[in-house]
Amino acid sequence: MESKGAGYEVIYKRPEAMTDAKTIYCPGCGHGIIHKLLAECIDELGVRDETILIAPVGCSVLAYNYIDVDGCEAAHGRAPAVATGIKRVHPDKMVISYQGDGDLLAIGTAETIHAANRGENITVIFVNNAIYGMTGGQMAPTTMVGQVTKTTPFGRDANDVGFPIRACEMINTLECPVFIERVSVFDVKQIVKAKKAIKKALTNQKEGKGYSFVEVLSMCPTNWGLKPQAAADWVRDVMVPYYPLGNFRDR
Amino acid sequence: MNNKVLMKGNEAIGEAAIIAGCTHYFAYPITPQNEIPAYMARRLPEVGGTFLQAESELAAINMVFGASAAGTRVMTSSSSPGVSLKQEGISYLAGAQLPAVVVNMMRGGPGLGNIAGSQGDYWQATRGGGNGDYRTIVLGPANVQELADLTVKAFDLADRYRMVVMILGDGFLGQMSESLELPRPSGEHFEKPWALTGASGRKHNVIASLRLTPEGELERHNLKLMEIYRQVEEHERMWEADRCEDADFVLVAYGTSSRISRAAVNILRKKGIRAGLFRPISLYPFPYGELKEAARGAKQVLAVEMSAGQMQEDVRLSVEGAVPVDGYFRLGGAIPETDEIVRKVESYGK
Amino acid sequence: MAQGKPVIDSERCKGCGLCLGACPKKILKLSDDFNKQGVQYPVCVDEDACIACKFCAMMCPDLAITIIKTA
Repeated sequence: MESKGAGYEVIYKRPEAMTDAKTIYCPGCGHGIIHKLLAECIDELGVRDETILIAPVGCSVLAYNYIDVDGCEAAHGRAPAVATGIKRVHPDKMVISYQGDGDLLAIGTAETIHAANRGENITVIFVNNAIYGMTGGQMAPTTMVGQVTKTTPFGRDANDVGFPIRACEMINTLECPVFIERVSVFDVKQIVKAKKAIKKALTNQKEGKGYSFVEVLSMCPTNWGLKPQAAADWVRDVMVPYYPLGNFRDR
Repeated sequence: MNNKVLMKGNEAIGEAAIIAGCTHYFAYPITPQNEIPAYMARRLPEVGGTFLQAESELAAINMVFGASAAGTRVMTSSSSPGVSLKQEGISYLAGAQLPAVVVNMMRGGPGLGNIAGSQGDYWQATRGGGNGDYRTIVLGPANVQELADLTVKAFDLADRYRMVVMILGDGFLGQMSESLELPRPSGEHFEKPWALTGASGRKHNVIASLRLTPEGELERHNLKLMEIYRQVEEHERMWEADRCEDADFVLVAYGTSSRISRAAVNILRKKGIRAGLFRPISLYPFPYGELKEAARGAKQVLAVEMSAGQMQEDVRLSVEGAVPVDGYFRLGGAIPETDEIVRKVESYGK
Repeated sequence: MAQGKPVIDSERCKGCGLCLGACPKKILKLSDDFNKQGVQYPVCVDEDACIACKFCAMMCPDLAITIIKTA
């Protein structure tokens, strides 16, 4: 399809770095939006041929089928360690760790903290949807107090299992990270800000500045039991007050 | 009153654990056993027990270590990649002689594999994927009734021998719904004077697998463990021999593979071919002697498994070369096919 | 006078409806009929009012919307 013709111009279409495969994500899932933003940034920075994407264990385990770059599997939670291994071999390549809340904050807590603490020159994109999607809706470390999940059938009880973990704030206690920001994709305004943050996080890596972290508050309509628009509103109304949006560090 | 209920395999395991007096359950989500933590999250608090979703399978097995050391009946469940994570903890449990029940609903591997049922962890379970000289009792149920019965039995075996007992199921068994009669607990009570409860009025207890003193302490400990395992091998073998007495061809299979193999035996018998099924139910201790006896007089033994010859090794050990042993393997979550098994057995006659 | 229009790939659409909320002109509505997945997809009911802001396409998780600028 021509981009320009007599009186028309395509001004929004699939990014080059994205395959045209239909994703397996649920209707209204935030992954589709976040993948798009990542692919657009990869296109705009011209880094497609040097990007290596590490996918998590979670709904986006097959992210490398949608983002057309070299892709690597990692065991659950180990993506930052795998990313470290790759980056230490290829310091000139763009190494991106794309992870969910179980991956980053449950089983992978040690790997998350230590890659950040070492200041590995990688980009970590953390998709926080307050639940374990792929396995059918169990509690995540980021599940809200009172939220009903398969393993908190009576609502998350902070007296029993504590409070949700704020990843940006936790990583912000470490010396080395150069960029830490929390964004969301619940409406277009947030999507624009999310893209800016992701682009900065990738540019930092390209410039060799150090470890960059972007947390994206995202929707999981299926496991929240909400229709997609209601799920987007839930991110805005319930998640954002607890996980404040904004930049925590920008060196 | 008739206790017959219709339950999903995974949920039957949960209910059976509660029947057996399991008070604590720690686990991490992984397909295809997620119904177990979901069930326990709802049911355990109803009976005053404790459910806790751990941050990983590694954390869960260590929570099990703690709860077992504290003297209670405790269980965890997972599937293949998660059970790999537990191997360190299982070795520690074995070294410290702590009772525990570990459920593995196997899926395709190696690595992340897929989420279909499989039997690819047989070696890991029966030979031990953790370090050191140790065994765990391994039970291989073949239907939802056995998932429940063997889970109840597992707690007794764990306490009696102070061992880890593994329920080696697979994704298909966990997902299927069958009717079963809810098992009753044995009522047997096991004292745990070794447990950590606070050393009030007694000499203090230590739970550890570390044994450092140089005068052979660790060797003596391992010899003691070996004697326990010898007792287990003598007293706890479980198996089923179906139509093996006159069989020319003996199929050996456990779990889901045994269901399909039995169907093949039925077809073969209808065709006038004398086939039989030997079904090990305890995989450790493996019923070597009983299989050798069942295969005596057979022309051919065929190991049917959803793995690459892992159980076949034990079959070879059983028959000690007296009968040729062949294997029919389906891998990576694929299911054995009755027709293919029948054709394979028919091919032996030629 | 239309500044552009959304081109909707009804078979890529999963029917999440997020585009409806994203459109500032409120000119997207769900179709009466269904795609092969059994899902109702968005249709632009007033192309003249489209300002080619791209919000619907930006919101869409499935790249089911392409935006053509005509002005």
